[in-house]
Amino acid sequence: MSDVSLKSELAAFRMTPGLWTIAGVAGFALLLVIGSLTGAIGKDTFAYRVFIDPFAQMVEMPDLFAQTLWEGLVGGVLYALIALGFVLIFKASGVFNFAQGIMVVFAALTLVGAYEKLGTIGIRGEAAAFIALGVALAVMLALAYAVERVVLRPLVNQPDIILFMATFGLTYLLIGLGEAIFGGNPKVMIADQLYLPRGAIDLNILGGRVTIQKLDIAAAVIASAMIAILALFFQYTRIGRALRAVADSHKAALSVGISLNQIWIIVWFAAGVVELVTGIMWGARSDVSFGLQTIALKALPVLILGGFTSIPGAIVGGLIIGVGEKIGEFYWGPLVGGAIESWLAYIIALIFLLFRPQGLFGDKIIERI
Amino acid sequence: MLYREAGQYKTSYAADMAIFPLRQDRIGLAAILAIAFVAIPMTGNQFFLSSVMIPFLVFSLAAVGLNILTGYTGLLSLGTGAFMGVGAYACYKLATAFPDVNILVWILCSGFFAAAIGVIFGLPSLRIKGFYLAVATLAAQFFLQWSFVRIPWLYNYNASGAIEVPTRTLFGLPLTGATASPETRYFALLVIVVALTWIASNLVHGRVGRMWMAVRDMDIAAELMGIRLLHTKLLAFAVSSFFCGVAGACMMFLWYGGGEANDLFNINLSFNILFMVIIGGLGSLIGSFMGAAFISILPTALKFGLPAIGIPIAGATAEHVNLLLVGGLIIFFLIVEPHGLARLWQILKQKLRVWPFPY
Repeated sequence: MSDVSLKSELAAFRMTPGLWTIAGVAGFALLLVIGSLTGAIGKDTFAYRVFIDPFAQMVEMPDLFAQTLWEGLVGGVLYALIALGFVLIFKASGVFNFAQGIMVVFAALTLVGAYEKLGTIGIRGEAAAFIALGVALAVMLALAYAVERVVLRPLVNQPDIILFMATFGLTYLLIGLGEAIFGGNPKVMIADQLYLPRGAIDLNILGGRVTIQKLDIAAAVIASAMIAILALFFQYTRIGRALRAVADSHKAALSVGISLNQIWIIVWFAAGVVELVTGIMWGARSDVSFGLQTIALKALPVLILGGFTSIPGAIVGGLIIGVGEKIGEFYWGPLVGGAIESWLAYIIALIFLLFRPQGLFGDKIIERI
Repeated sequence: MLYREAGQYKTSYAADMAIFPLRQDRIGLAAILAIAFVAIPMTGNQFFLSSVMIPFLVFSLAAVGLNILTGYTGLLSLGTGAFMGVGAYACYKLATAFPDVNILVWILCSGFFAAAIGVIFGLPSLRIKGFYLAVATLAAQFFLQWSFVRIPWLYNYNASGAIEVPTRTLFGLPLTGATASPETRYFALLVIVVALTWIASNLVHGRVGRMWMAVRDMDIAAELMGIRLLHTKLLAFAVSSFFCGVAGACMMFLWYGGGEANDLFNINLSFNILFMVIIGGLGSLIGSFMGAAFISILPTALKFGLPAIGIPIAGATAEHVNLLLVGGLIIFFLIVEPHGLARLWQILKQKLRVWPFPY
């Protein structure tokens, strides 16, 4: 009897393309290790510098590796936050929201601008910072309402690319508006007033010193909390259920009495809150300027890696891109002249896409005639 | 009354299938060409030629190229700027390596280099579709932009890292470089644009264009009908990149006359050309020209037009107002006519046909 079950198990084990890839990579790695150990691959050859040396460095200096890994993880969490905003909007309204990046900047600028305004009328310190936070939230709500009213509602049922284009128009509009109201100069984020920690912790581990910015820890914690809250909100509230229904099918949701317009406002506002948090975190790490909007472009590979419609995908994709980009830049970047961070994320995402065209967690693409 | 087909009989299949079946359309086209070739150079001043007409023509060419890919084949691309950059660098390398050959030959040849790069980055399009493909083409944009800076061979190991356009002549007149007059550059560019648009028109109206459109409408169905997807999609990438490459070479050699190419061929250029294609109308050649006119001339017109009609705006404010207006107009046009200016033009023509007795 056991013979039969063994046979059926053997029959069930097939070499899928994925397994072939893994086997191929493992074989190649084995070949390289053997080659380097036996001296077949010399220290000066290109193969050694590309395939052996970086790994040798990782093993020799684990503290440096840990530092790089940590920086990659923090960057990844922040990418994941931006990607989260994209996914929320894409799932609920089917809009590929290019304006995400500028909305991050706009939210952060509103916060800082409102704080400065409050300073001129004599309200300073933490109280002012939290009033400003309220103002920024109100502005994001107003923006969500305006977008729904002016852009989404007239363009309902149009092809995706038209809506995509409309968010381009929105980007221009917001850049113009932001620069006209707040000016083009970079501003300092009010991190201290919002009780964000500063300074760094030095950890003596792995035979070296790893420096961890307190702000980065706070960013990671806040981002994780944010994602958890959103997940709970989606899973357990009435509005969350309605949001999931809309994401599944607009028509079916409409037919059971869910108001699409209301859901769109809620979703754009939720994305606005995520954007505000992202803006605060990125702003505290550097400063608040229009240059920040380019980080939205960095969120795009995260998005395709994870799949447009998946919240876990956004998080996992963010971490993969963040870590991959930092490690690639640190260990392989110098080989080709550095600054490969600008495109490495896209190439990583592209390689993943060749194996899974719908991203890691995206809905399976089924095409019918 | 003036614009209708009454009395124009078609006596052959060729006449029936003509791109411009109405005599009035053909007259209109001839008039436009006459204006472009004769009236504008005669009446326009140097400023008008070099900062309105030359940018417009360069952008039109790039928009025609992107329209072949996005409008006719349905493949969304955000790497146009980089493909234009490839054309510019190829032209620069060719022109400095073989200085005796006429520069126009090299401007056209540089398109082939862009086409080759375009085919390489088009390969994923077989597996990846829609917005996923758009993001994949961003890989091309950022990777190529990075190579423009990091591979010094491309700019002949200049200290400045910029393309320095050499002076080259055509029929004894300087065509490129600092001494070239706007008129010469305008004529050369106009000839290139008209010739390439004619080729594009023949391509999209023929067998190749039908294949592209079949792939756009539904690629699986097209495959079932016997269209080879790999060939068709890669051909679209190649032709589109060829046009973009020539546009990039023209931009560098006939418009800017040298400069930091890395800043020039950036992601914003890609987006701007995508705007032109969508505002103008996807899958329409005349739409490419209309979109290019709209996006490239509007900022200049606002900058110099508003003070002229008595609304004084200073430099910085002008920029903001400009952005606000362009953004607002994009949204407005998409709401009014999502199929672009080309559709508006069609509607207008249809109205004109039945005027003054509409039914």
